[in-house]
Amino acid sequence: MKQNLYKYILGIADNSLILGQRLGELTGHGPSLETDIACTNISLDFFGQVRSYYQYAAKIAGDKRTEDDIAMLRKEREYVNVLLVEQPNTNFAYTIARQFLFDVYHFLFLTELEKSKDLTLSAIATKSLKEVSYHQRFSTDWLKRLGDGTAESKEKMQEAIDGLWTYTDELFHQTEADKAMVLEGIGVDVTKLKEAYYKKVDEVLSEATLETPESKWFQKGGKQGIHTEHLGYLLSDLQYMQRTYPNMEW
Amino acid sequence: MTTTEQNIESILIPILEKVSDPEIPVLSIMDMGVVRSAVIENNSVKVQITPTYSGCPAMDVIGDDIKAALKIAGYDSEIELILAPAWTTDWITPRGRKALEDYGIAAPLTAEADKDVLLNGKRLVKCTNCGSTNTRLVSQFGSTACKAQFQCDDCQEPFDYFKCLK
Repeated sequence: MKQNLYKYILGIADNSLILGQRLGELTGHGPSLETDIACTNISLDFFGQVRSYYQYAAKIAGDKRTEDDIAMLRKEREYVNVLLVEQPNTNFAYTIARQFLFDVYHFLFLTELEKSKDLTLSAIATKSLKEVSYHQRFSTDWLKRLGDGTAESKEKMQEAIDGLWTYTDELFHQTEADKAMVLEGIGVDVTKLKEAYYKKVDEVLSEATLETPESKWFQKGGKQGIHTEHLGYLLSDLQYMQRTYPNMEW
Repeated sequence: MTTTEQNIESILIPILEKVSDPEIPVLSIMDMGVVRSAVIENNSVKVQITPTYSGCPAMDVIGDDIKAALKIAGYDSEIELILAPAWTTDWITPRGRKALEDYGIAAPLTAEADKDVLLNGKRLVKCTNCGSTNTRLVSQFGSTACKAQFQCDDCQEPFDYFKCLK
């Protein structure tokens, strides 16, 4: 039970950590001042959420591990985030598409996690939900603005949605830890979120005058630690200081 | 755990009122509503604080500042960060709202009006400079996670609006 709960928490937290790091890369590099501030503010929310999750995970592990060890000192294969969140900031359309495709899931997920029998997870969910509803608002607005914008912005937005679509199905795959936690009344049955997710995504895409991709070929592996090539580079950035100067603090 | 009532011993209130939010120095943490309880046990104070936003970088500083203020008053203390019940802008006191406005930050509207402003572009936020509501949203995110950026179309003043969080 303890081991499963630990793994279950990482399954949620790693998504926030990796997406937070991706958004953080845009600090000072956003396409405009407002979007730069927005992406980094959203990143900050994710890091706040991640700290709550990892602190709890460290407590459950019950050994010398700290929240920082969990965040900084695992190897690539030990991260269990979905492939979607590790995809690069190819251009602003990709950043928005990735955010939107994750936010819709994240909102549905946290709404269910709020009902968890685990009081800590439920409290984190309630707290995060307020922030995530605002993230979803931001990414949805931009998706519509770019989709229903100029010919060029529409083309780029469609290309980003098409490019990332293959990573959406993995959000609804259950791991062994997931199944165990659902049985305990602690975890969320993600398979049950799938229908609502694609319905919502389809609605917004059509409002944004974009096509919902028809492809049924989906990538998977992140939840088992098998990642795309992009994660290694991201982790080398994320972990550089801790690996070079072990235990450094400031 | 789930009570929204504060439990703060009256003798500690003047001490805690001297601690301010490092990002909004005119606002005391008491007026911000982030202190949920403060209880003295054997000359040591147990303080529970709750973050405005999960990633609020001010929380560590607030914790340290509370410890320092209590130390001066002769108490050791222990700070605990709690998440439930989640903080809401309703916990900002009327005095806190006034301090925000005086500082140039528009205080949060009601949840409904907030939605109208942020989603539907309605002009309801009062300019902190001239008081006009002829103001528009410039950016959904502002200088910190809890604020959005606005501009007044009458006096042209750019200002922060403290978003409603329920």
